[in-house]
Amino acid sequence: MNAKLLATTASLAILVGAQAAQAEDLTLCWAAWDPANALIELSKEYEAESGNKMSFEFVPWTNFADRMLNELNSGGKLCDLMIGDSQWIGGAAENGQYVKLNDFFDANGISMDAFIPATVTGYSEWPKGTPNYWSLPAFGDVVGWTYRKDWFARPEIQAEFKEKYGRDLAVPATYAELMDIAQFFQGRDIDGKTVYGASIYTERGSEGITMGAMNTLYGFGFKYDNPDKPYDMEGFVNSESAVAGLEYYKALYDCCTPPGSSNSYMGEGVDAFKSGQVALQMNFAFTWPGFHTDANVGGDVTGYFANPAGPNGDKFAQLGGQGISVVAASDKQEAALTYIKWFAQPEVQAKWWKLGGYSALRAVVEDPGFATSQPYAQTFLDSMAIVKDFWAEPAYATLLQSSQKWLHDYVVAGNGTAKEALDGMMNDWKATFEEEGKYE
Amino acid sequence: MPDPLSKRAALATPPSLARKIRGLSDRTIAWIFIAPTIFLLLAVNIFPLIWTIRLSLTNFRTNRPNNAVEFVGIENYRKILTDSDTWTSLQATAHFLIWTIVLQVLIGFTLAYLINKKFRGNDMWTTLIVLPMMLSPAVVGNFWTFLYQPQIGLFNYFISFLTGTDPASFSMIGEVPLAPWAIVIVDTWMWTPFVMLICLAGLRSIPSSIYEAAECDRASKWRQFWTITLPMALPFLMLAVLFRGIENFKMFDLVVQLTGGGPGATTQLTSIDLKREAFEKWRTGYASAYAVILFVTVFGLASIYVKALNKVKDR
Amino acid sequence: MSFSITEPSNRQKWIAGVLVIAYALITLMPLAWIIATGFKTPADAIAYPPKVIFEPSVEGYVNLFTSRSRVTPEDLAALPPPETFYDEIVRQYDMVITGPSKYGERFLNSIIIGFGSTFLSVFLGTIAAYAFSRFKVPLKDDLLFFILSTRMMPPIAVAIPIFLMYRQLGLSDTHLGMILLYTAVNLSLSVWLLKGFIDEIPIEYEEAALIDGYTRFQAFYKVVLPQAATGIASTAIFCLIFAWNEYAFAVLLTSGTAQTAPPFIPTIIGAGGKDWPAVAAGATLFLVPIMVFTILLRKHLLRGITFGAVRK
Repeated sequence: MNAKLLATTASLAILVGAQAAQAEDLTLCWAAWDPANALIELSKEYEAESGNKMSFEFVPWTNFADRMLNELNSGGKLCDLMIGDSQWIGGAAENGQYVKLNDFFDANGISMDAFIPATVTGYSEWPKGTPNYWSLPAFGDVVGWTYRKDWFARPEIQAEFKEKYGRDLAVPATYAELMDIAQFFQGRDIDGKTVYGASIYTERGSEGITMGAMNTLYGFGFKYDNPDKPYDMEGFVNSESAVAGLEYYKALYDCCTPPGSSNSYMGEGVDAFKSGQVALQMNFAFTWPGFHTDANVGGDVTGYFANPAGPNGDKFAQLGGQGISVVAASDKQEAALTYIKWFAQPEVQAKWWKLGGYSALRAVVEDPGFATSQPYAQTFLDSMAIVKDFWAEPAYATLLQSSQKWLHDYVVAGNGTAKEALDGMMNDWKATFEEEGKYE
Repeated sequence: MPDPLSKRAALATPPSLARKIRGLSDRTIAWIFIAPTIFLLLAVNIFPLIWTIRLSLTNFRTNRPNNAVEFVGIENYRKILTDSDTWTSLQATAHFLIWTIVLQVLIGFTLAYLINKKFRGNDMWTTLIVLPMMLSPAVVGNFWTFLYQPQIGLFNYFISFLTGTDPASFSMIGEVPLAPWAIVIVDTWMWTPFVMLICLAGLRSIPSSIYEAAECDRASKWRQFWTITLPMALPFLMLAVLFRGIENFKMFDLVVQLTGGGPGATTQLTSIDLKREAFEKWRTGYASAYAVILFVTVFGLASIYVKALNKVKDR
Repeated sequence: MSFSITEPSNRQKWIAGVLVIAYALITLMPLAWIIATGFKTPADAIAYPPKVIFEPSVEGYVNLFTSRSRVTPEDLAALPPPETFYDEIVRQYDMVITGPSKYGERFLNSIIIGFGSTFLSVFLGTIAAYAFSRFKVPLKDDLLFFILSTRMMPPIAVAIPIFLMYRQLGLSDTHLGMILLYTAVNLSLSVWLLKGFIDEIPIEYEEAALIDGYTRFQAFYKVVLPQAATGIASTAIFCLIFAWNEYAFAVLLTSGTAQTAPPFIPTIIGAGGKDWPAVAAGATLFLVPIMVFTILLRKHLLRGITFGAVRK
């Protein structure tokens, strides 16, 4: 070890020693997925700068809401920082589980105008549309599609498709076209293997089928409530176009998914696509960097496209992603805020994108080089421009339970009709909002 | 004859303390010994139960600390008993309960009967058969989702090997007609050894002199089975049914990991329904009423059953 | 060998043996599959048709004990050559080990909570059982029935107030909270089982000791305890099996600090999908202690599972 290095080490030690009085061990809670591993990598810089030590508690998606909402509701001190799902914001804000960040943003010159507007509304605001911020947009995410570019490019497949449907096999522009393509590939023999049409969300336990079905229903004209009269859902949730959308989703499930797809969400979708089972796959954008580097489907094998248009030309996509918040029950709020301050810096956000984290900072995504920096970057931008989100109400968990039950019961179990499922779901939602006193 | 160690122990005890302890009446000692157990059970079982009953009469929600808590009387109970979801989950529970008990008693008793023939190595095989019930039900439920996977799971492959159906053609936990059986199969796999052990205890408790007497009377083996073996093992069988009944009425961990209650609400047993109400929807008051109803049901059914069991025993 | 007319014939024994062994082999298949999957590579684990013969790999165990992060091929090339076999395995997948996983911690929690609650429930159970067995206790039958009835409550039913109570007392997600809870659940078994064992110890031994000048306490731990040792050991094992495998309370009342292995094992995931070899490896290690106990315990199984209703 040379003298210079020794000196640096020594001065570092002094620095650390000086900070020791305030050095904290911070715990950040998030879902267990690829971006979380990237965040560990990114946070090493923060640890070096601040002297605080970062610990991480990552829970798989299917247990994430369950465990973390339990933690928030029990006033647990496990998490100092929480990258919580977008729909939790209403409950966490109204029940004082997150720290309000307005004063902190003002004091540190962090402006919400610097972030993609949809993410600010989706992840940070409560009540929606008001400048009350409870988190900093941390990870932008949205549902989109991947497809097997290599299969689409094969001349014999193209020829057969053209003969059958009278048009070229290409990225679908409408849901009807998407169904055609899925049907076309369903049961087809490719390189000696039977392949299937599409992988879509059908999971029952957490939020899977709601995310998948809603993602599709938006394009058909489903609305959560009357734009002029909040919580008035009759004719919006169960409109004819919404019914058509749900019937479409069931038809897609029945005709074109691999066998045993009755309980499939992000992980199952990834497995189905990576193992070469399906031609099309619905999934959140966070999975895309994993495909790009995969041994089987990496590079040019995989293509990406945003949700196609519904019958009326509407294009919408289900918002995913999260903001980072400070947990009110934590004893280390001051230290936790320094992490958010560090994370909001443009250089850190730029590195975040490089490591596979979808930054929501406009400076990053509006950079001229962004759209071409990765093959999926443009699709991400297109999808992010058309997002809608599920209820973010404090009663979110109850509302989600109702939609999970009715949607799964119709789409997967095949009970009743689409109209009955949407009526049932709407009546449950109504009852929940009645209990919440929304109609008084 | 006191050994040296206890002499030393006696010496080491200060005289005043020794006298004090010696002076304790048996009655006091009895209470000192019993009190911690009773106290702990009161604190962790009875106090929470009373609290549950109190909560069940309110509209309290754990995740809404700022809302006013109102007394709503028996409103929660009325809602639960008129909610079709409650009855759906009770039906699912009944299906699960009845079929697991029937299968486990049939297979468990048969196994016990065979093992009681005392073939060579029966001890070792009994120990091996018992292994599944020693596992964590949550881990078992989780792993069986893997065994049930249509393309790659061992179960579908095994069925296809036996019957020739395509292993990708059916999904045990994904299809409405199959899912209730999927949970019955796993529970039966796991807990048949339990019933078997109790039956074995019953069979071994029958004195061989009774069979010898029957042989002298030239009673056929078939007749011996129906007039001696079965009646004498019946109290044990009923005990097994009681234990499995209580456990499976409470069933949560195995099924929640295996199917999560799906598809739809096909395998949403009452405990899973209750957990959703209490810890996912956070309707604490409502869920408390639900819990009270379930507890009263288990307790009521078990009490009636125990009376019947005692009658059989006394016969 | 004595001849008995009730002794089954050799042919009967043979048929019985074949049937029981056939059942055992079928029933052990899933168990064997768990153990085997732990030694497969992720690709072999999800192969179709299922692979019965495969090249063993310790990848599942490596993944179980480490957390890993994906790196770009350029960064990977820049790293010094792998020092250990596990580094080598991980790098095949463009990943690097970032640290140990939480499995070790969770396993340790299981040991602390499992053994802690077992010790406490056997200790409290022994003294309570002794008192019930030897002394006149008012309302004895009612108290014993009360103790038994606590076993009938669905865990989820009492979980709500316990959740609220623990939150108030600061016992949520603590080892102490879980130990107390499991102790309370196990007490019914432990009191009933131990009372049966102590009832069988002739009271004359203690009386003799008391006449020799022993105090009640001395008589209890010098005379009764050694006699009840086997009973205490088998009770302890049954308490341990429950506490070791419990899931419902653990999933609701613990999150990070005091979480045990059963709620943790199903949440082990790999890159993208579920890492079945790692899950299987975690399950295998977790069942080793219980398997060993089962084999040691086989003579006491009957009594334990019948709540002491079956005597030898």
